[in-house]
Amino acid sequence: MLQSVLESAGIQAARVESEWWFIFRVTTVVTVIVLAGLAVAVRRGLRGRDTGASEQRMLRYIGIAGAITVVILFAILVRSIFTSRALASERVSDVMQIEVMAYQWWWSVEYQHPEPEQRVRTANELHIPVGKTVAIKLLASDVIHSFWVPSLAGKLDAIPGHEAVLWLRADRAGVYRGQCAEYCGFQHAHMAFVVIAEPPDDFERWIQAQRKTANQPQSPIEQRGLQLVQQRACVMCHTIRGTAAGGRIAPDLTHFATRSTIAAGTLPRTPEHVNAWISDPQAIKPGNRMPTIALAPEDRAAIVAYLEQLR
Amino acid sequence: MKRRLAIALLVLTAACERERRDFKLPNGDHLTAATQVSQLQPGAPSPPPVVESPFQDNAYALSEGKRLYSAFNCVGCHAQGGGAIGPALMDHRWIYGSRPDQIFSTIVQGRPNGMPSFAGKIPDQQVWQLVAYVQSMSGNVPKDAAPARNDDMQASKPELRREPKPPVQTGHR
Repeated sequence: MLQSVLESAGIQAARVESEWWFIFRVTTVVTVIVLAGLAVAVRRGLRGRDTGASEQRMLRYIGIAGAITVVILFAILVRSIFTSRALASERVSDVMQIEVMAYQWWWSVEYQHPEPEQRVRTANELHIPVGKTVAIKLLASDVIHSFWVPSLAGKLDAIPGHEAVLWLRADRAGVYRGQCAEYCGFQHAHMAFVVIAEPPDDFERWIQAQRKTANQPQSPIEQRGLQLVQQRACVMCHTIRGTAAGGRIAPDLTHFATRSTIAAGTLPRTPEHVNAWISDPQAIKPGNRMPTIALAPEDRAAIVAYLEQLR
Repeated sequence: MKRRLAIALLVLTAACERERRDFKLPNGDHLTAATQVSQLQPGAPSPPPVVESPFQDNAYALSEGKRLYSAFNCVGCHAQGGGAIGPALMDHRWIYGSRPDQIFSTIVQGRPNGMPSFAGKIPDQQVWQLVAYVQSMSGNVPKDAAPARNDDMQASKPELRREPKPPVQTGHR
């Protein structure tokens, strides 16, 4: 999974990358010149040779070096202003809107649609069509977070009570890792997400599948799992569309088994990890908001079996 | 100098206690097998057993309780403590008892005329966080631990600035 500013896969990230290379090249040249000058000075000093330079001449050199420094910094400033302007002018009207709400410590993702029943809510995973600009409306529910997918765009803070919009366009299909980039508490490091850029047809298929309500459990163990989910504490926080679970303060689990990670990129989604997570979430990600729920091992296994068929 | 240092240490330890974050209930099941709701007892009257609220001194648990109070829709009936179709929680009147174990039982068992039972739906640890927050609404927790502000607009004073209202048992009405 890519997570690097130097592997840009979209128009916004490409501008940031070219800016990065410009600054890197300029500062490399400056560093080499300064170090060469220092080496020459040290050698002269060691040989004890007096160059006979007057005080005035040295002052002139310092003045010239200072002026060059100012010019270089100014050039970098002007170039970065143009980059920022270009990034800000990338806006397209009539784009797909995705609302991303940052929580301690996970991401809620909602695909907007004029008809409320066509909206799709998921968590910690964004799918976007390649070659199309999407607008990401960033919100925060508790503290300041920052949305950063280095391969696709620069970072943007999510501030409680404030709406920020980030424009993204992926030009290459792929799976890109993102990360909260503003310290937001105990589990800040475990607040990752995944952006999957795929061909428009695949994206359309994905979003149509997400719009459906949850799969009906087939086997007896899965049915028992659904029964337990509805009887126990799960429903207080999680939503599974098509069932009695309608809590809004934790990740939507309607199509849980289509996602690749659990706990915001903390662990890959495997039945063993899901089981370990439900049995003791505080051991895996201390401080997260999922409480420990007393469940018999066979009940837990039933819940895991039910969750794993939510495709 | 020594005395100042001692005071500083004392303040620090107090702060530790207040800010300690227990992500699990410190002492699993010291619960409330038999909370008294009635005042009548067989035989000679004896004082009820004392059940400590595990979180009433803890600022983290109180703020979690405040968050859950909205998240689990306690606000739907009790509003921000002033009461609506459910009774007020920020006043001195208690229908089913003001002791922590009684508040716990009220949440878990439910009560006639509208209070739903949350048995099995809220883990004990979160119920105790809610108990502590409900106690703070009428000013009955230490002021250094009570929530000092709201995330949204709030008409009433923050819990920390509410005068403690000595509980009065009003019983069923």
